Amino acid sequence: MIPANYFILLSFALFVLGIIAFFIKKDLLTQFMAVEIMLNAANLAFLALSASRGFTDAQVIVFFIITVAAAEAAVGLAIILLIFRRKKSIKTEEMDSMKG
Amino acid sequence: MMTVLFFFLAAVCLGSVIAMIVSRNQAYNALFLVLAFAAMGGLFGLLGAPFMAVVQIIIYSGAIMIVFIFVLMMINLRQGISPEKRKWTIGLAVLIAVILCGEIFLAAKGFLAASPSPETTAAAGPTEIGRLLFTKYLYPFEITSVLIVASLVGAIVLAKKREKE
Repeated sequence: MIPANYFILLSFALFVLGIIAFFIKKDLLTQFMAVEIMLNAANLAFLALSASRGFTDAQVIVFFIITVAAAEAAVGLAIILLIFRRKKSIKTEEMDSMKG
Repeated sequence: MMTVLFFFLAAVCLGSVIAMIVSRNQAYNALFLVLAFAAMGGLFGLLGAPFMAVVQIIIYSGAIMIVFIFVLMMINLRQGISPEKRKWTIGLAVLIAVILCGEIFLAAKGFLAASPSPETTAAAGPTEIGRLLFTKYLYPFEITSVLIVASLVGAIVLAKKREKE
């Protein structure tokens, strides 16, 4: 069998790549995709730990994470759609009405 | 055999995420992400969680990414990403990533350094998950259903067109 450390290291790498993608990308949709990558990296770490320790609980928690991610995607994409209707753009550079 | 499969799936997963970072076309980004999530489903299967593998492929690379692509089609960005890329954000991203990497390694050093690295064993199947879901995690399960209904209503209210403004 494969050591659990490999899976943990892979999940670290995916999480860090998600962070990099979130900061490099300039449009809301791709940044949202980067958030999904980070959630998936967390799922992978959960399942690797559960497989190495012999718990089943982590699988239930991953199930909840996937459910909440689906709900979050629905609301987040609706908000992105609303921003696009109002501003005709989803670039983060043009969202400066609060002087951020 | 398992090890070869693991390295293949890990390479597909990391490669498609890196391709997503490099590519500027949002439709390609979404498709790369579908590939990454499908490979991640394979990794879940290798970890002895076949139910989670199926859920990952159906919900993540199926449902969620389809919703992304639908929104992408509605938004219909013709102009693409602005050609002038500010270099300092890339520097900032790499800096934050390096700091985060260090922090994660400090936090997980104990686990990673455990001399006999724990091997992945076959975990329980769907039967055990279902039993846990309806006994120990019954309240979170019910609250999740309320959350789903709330997000459904919220998404519809947010995205519908106003009749008169």
